[in-house]
Amino acid sequence: MSIPADLKYSKSHEWARLEADATVSVGITEHAQELLGDMVFIEPPDVGRKLAAGEECGVVESVKAASDIYAPIGGEVVAVNREVIEAPAKINDEPYASWIFKLKPANVAELNNLLDAAAYQAVVDAEDH
Amino acid sequence: MLNKTPLNAIHHNSGARMTDFGGWEMPLHYGSQIEEHHAVRRDAGMFDVSHMLGVDVLGADAPVFLRRLLANNIDKLKDPGKALYSCMLNEAGGVVDDLIAYFFSPVRYRLVVNASTADKDLAWMEQQSAGSAINIIPRRDLAMIAVQGPNARAKTWRALRGSEAASEGLKPFSATEFNEYLIARTGYTGEDGFEISLPDSATATLWTHLAEAGVRPAGLGARDTLRLEAGMNLYGSDMDESVSPLDAGLAWSVDLTSPRDFVGKPALLRNGSRHEFLGLLMLDRGVLRNHQVVKTALGTGEITSGGFSPTLNRSIAFARLPKGIHASEQAEVAVRDKWLKTQITPVPFVRHGKSLVRFERNDP
Repeated sequence: MSIPADLKYSKSHEWARLEADATVSVGITEHAQELLGDMVFIEPPDVGRKLAAGEECGVVESVKAASDIYAPIGGEVVAVNREVIEAPAKINDEPYASWIFKLKPANVAELNNLLDAAAYQAVVDAEDH
Repeated sequence: MLNKTPLNAIHHNSGARMTDFGGWEMPLHYGSQIEEHHAVRRDAGMFDVSHMLGVDVLGADAPVFLRRLLANNIDKLKDPGKALYSCMLNEAGGVVDDLIAYFFSPVRYRLVVNASTADKDLAWMEQQSAGSAINIIPRRDLAMIAVQGPNARAKTWRALRGSEAASEGLKPFSATEFNEYLIARTGYTGEDGFEISLPDSATATLWTHLAEAGVRPAGLGARDTLRLEAGMNLYGSDMDESVSPLDAGLAWSVDLTSPRDFVGKPALLRNGSRHEFLGLLMLDRGVLRNHQVVKTALGTGEITSGGFSPTLNRSIAFARLPKGIHASEQAEVAVRDKWLKTQITPVPFVRHGKSLVRFERNDP
């Protein structure tokens, strides 16, 4: 189970990465894609939408089930990843390269409220037991 | 504590994701359910279906008993090994279970019933058989492997020495006994192939030989998308004790023409068919799921089985719809907070690897 050390995580299994251009990319974790199985559909938030931290903002659907995506931090949606939306299986193959949307953070310090890799590992371990 | 099939350890060692299905610990997939689905459509896949129960019906009164127990007509079975799909109904005309009946001789039949309903089915059969000269024997000593796909038969013959001569002449929906194996040319995928019943003790060996012959293990996830594409009902989703087979797309399996009486017949004749049971093809982006509400020109209906079709690369479903609705009309489905467009279609969607779907408008 891969949980990269340079990312931040939510308890609802999103990852967040602060990019060089000061935007934050958001995707779902390897653990989440493994639970859901083969991805077949992604409904991202609309570009321009302003999200609060923890707000429900999209859906990923696998062959098995639909699962909501939550904004890990607040901000405005500035991009969605068309490549992943057209080929949702990319999330299964490369969950941490397959960002779903990018936010311009309202307050970048909110990243500090998220879990680091070790804390997220503990969340995953707790679920497995 | 979940029941385990003789292949349980092999599934775990193959990295299967296991799930509780009708009280049995069964493989959901072995990595990618979509790849397993394609393997069955294009080559050959195998399923552990040992959770299903074979029930032998033996004795002089077997034909009389089954004539009354089953909604389809057991008298259609004249040649040894011939199989018949049928529902078993309650007095109200609801479906107690759906099953396959095999005929071996007028004193020997086998029924194969669903796992989650097996105990209930046995109790029902015992109750219905009171006073008859028959024995109802659950064959919990048997396992079952389904080998399905265009290359399934050839690969089975490679894996099971001597089986080719015994089974190459089998017509669809018939079976033959070969040593301790019952080889049936049946399945739940819309592809050619076999379902092989065999003693628990022989199961791991056959599974391993099939894998060596290039048959890919496939889980219940792929089994569900394959049967959905193939237009085959799932008990508990598409019909149950409260649903008439005439409202579940199963009228073809109900024999109302012979004079014979069977359990549920008076209710079926009284109620007739009250719903259409048809396919839905997603035209918008999204995935259809069980129990979503369907809006048609004649009122609302409900999705009974919905999911993603890997062959069509879009979502499909079965739905119970208002009487009078026809294929090629459009319907809207409530998916979360939106109404998404679907086209009503006949089923099956896919047969022998080929799409049967005709689009009434362009792709979304």
